[in-house]
Amino acid sequence: MGVNILHFSYLIASITFILGLKMLSHPKTAQRGNLIAAIGMFIGIVATIFLYEKDGNHLGNYTWIFSGMAVGTIVGTLMAKKVKMTAMPQMVSFFNGMGGACAAIISIVEYNRLANAGISFDANTMKLEVLTILLGLIIGSVSFAGSIIAYLKLEGKLGDKSLPGAQIINLVLLAGLLVLIGWLISLGHANMAYIAILIVFALLYGILFVLPIGGADMPVVISLLNSFTGMAAVFGGFLYNNQAMLTGGIFVGSAGTILTILMCKAMNRSLTNVIIGSFGGNKAGDAREVSGTIKEISLNDAAVLSYYAQKVIIVPGYGLAVAQAQHTCHEFEKTLEANGVIVKYAIHPVAGRMPGHMNVLLAEADVAYDKLLEMETANEEFATTDLVLVIGANDVVNPAAKNDPASPIYGMPILEVELAKNIIILKRGMAKGYAGIENELFYSDKTRMLFGDAKVSLQNLLSEVKSL
Amino acid sequence: MEQVIQFLGLHIEMIYILALSIFLGIEVISHVPAILHTPLMSGANAIHGVVIIGAIIVMGEAAPDNYLALFLGFIAVVMGTLNVVGGFVVTDRMLKMFQNKNKKN
Repeated sequence: MGVNILHFSYLIASITFILGLKMLSHPKTAQRGNLIAAIGMFIGIVATIFLYEKDGNHLGNYTWIFSGMAVGTIVGTLMAKKVKMTAMPQMVSFFNGMGGACAAIISIVEYNRLANAGISFDANTMKLEVLTILLGLIIGSVSFAGSIIAYLKLEGKLGDKSLPGAQIINLVLLAGLLVLIGWLISLGHANMAYIAILIVFALLYGILFVLPIGGADMPVVISLLNSFTGMAAVFGGFLYNNQAMLTGGIFVGSAGTILTILMCKAMNRSLTNVIIGSFGGNKAGDAREVSGTIKEISLNDAAVLSYYAQKVIIVPGYGLAVAQAQHTCHEFEKTLEANGVIVKYAIHPVAGRMPGHMNVLLAEADVAYDKLLEMETANEEFATTDLVLVIGANDVVNPAAKNDPASPIYGMPILEVELAKNIIILKRGMAKGYAGIENELFYSDKTRMLFGDAKVSLQNLLSEVKSL
Repeated sequence: MEQVIQFLGLHIEMIYILALSIFLGIEVISHVPAILHTPLMSGANAIHGVVIIGAIIVMGEAAPDNYLALFLGFIAVVMGTLNVVGGFVVTDRMLKMFQNKNKKN
């Protein structure tokens, strides 16, 4: 009876997961979708705690289980509630790492159980169980280490490092992992020492895999690691013959893979390129040199230019996010609108550190949904635009993507802001974008630079416009 | 080869679920608009937190004197819960902003 209810609750959980993902793909139903998936997860968890049984034995150690869940719930809720909208990508990456570690630990304990029981691996079914355990362990560990590195990099605590020969080391590690898997399975019995080596290899691989990848490619990596953890959950599902883990894991695994590919497409890069050709680490020495003079603009001129424009398009980027300038930006937009200026936002699919990052930020600041133009629409409108304000964006407006085949970002679709009549770039300094390349847009005759922190510049601009 | 076939035969229902779920997963999100990429990734992130079920089983089956299993199981339960709860809460926070705005319009 209890077991049947348990299986039925897993069915409910699986259905809510797919329903949740489906609803998350539409703006109107997204929030409800998230809630539905959460309810399904809750049902699955509660049912497991009270109804799971193996060989007629129910689960024990309730004190441990409940205190663990209490700690996780409190810490998780606090972190999720406190995190700034700008720091969303690293938060997702961090939680993803937790899931990966969880999957890896399950494998360690299961393997240890086999070791303690002294079970022989000679039977084929045992070999496959060990394989399942090892794959869950490896993928979980890679996902954990990679996610934590991604988290640290996005937090700014770790720079891009391209180690010499990193690709070779990675290949060696990968080969070592495969050999270890074969060795551990043919060993005939459990050996914890080799498992330790396997874990070290997997963790190292995760670290070295993410370490050289530049900020612009980070969203792709997070999405990829997300589907990794999904796959680690799948192996857990096989291990326990658990349909909820299996379906939940595989939905995320496959959906995450598609999402990863969609993101790569948005940047016109292949996945292999992202993984092997460390985008941000390249010095891009062979890319064309850009020469010319940078022209600065005074606050007053910038204010006049925006005030008397008919149409202004704002191009937000990561700089807007770090400066927390989204609210000031919205206020600036409202002030201009009150004076009859049409203001819109052009959103590049990979602006910021995550796809849709800018949408979330601007949504936080209450910017109306219909003001956000997608790249294609925006590119049609730039020609009739009097002024483009580029706030903390760089690579996504770099014309080199269109006209310099030697550039590392060549081929990436960009916002063609150079079609507009005037361009003002709000920028902290002359630092290069994440791709580490020069931007000839800054040297264009139409372009004027307004240096400084995005928020401070916008505030000054705002008060300047108000005084006109 | 024999092992593989034996494995497939043994787990044929799971393999069915696996194969169909892959298509379902791909199909379900293939038309997602760019603006929802971040919340979708975050929501999917919370869903793979379903590994918590495995952690609960590990924890619940650990012998009371097997301190390694108890300790690791406890850590796994904490981390799994972090993934699930944190993931759903953070997604909800993001989506709430879209929602508020829709009402105003």
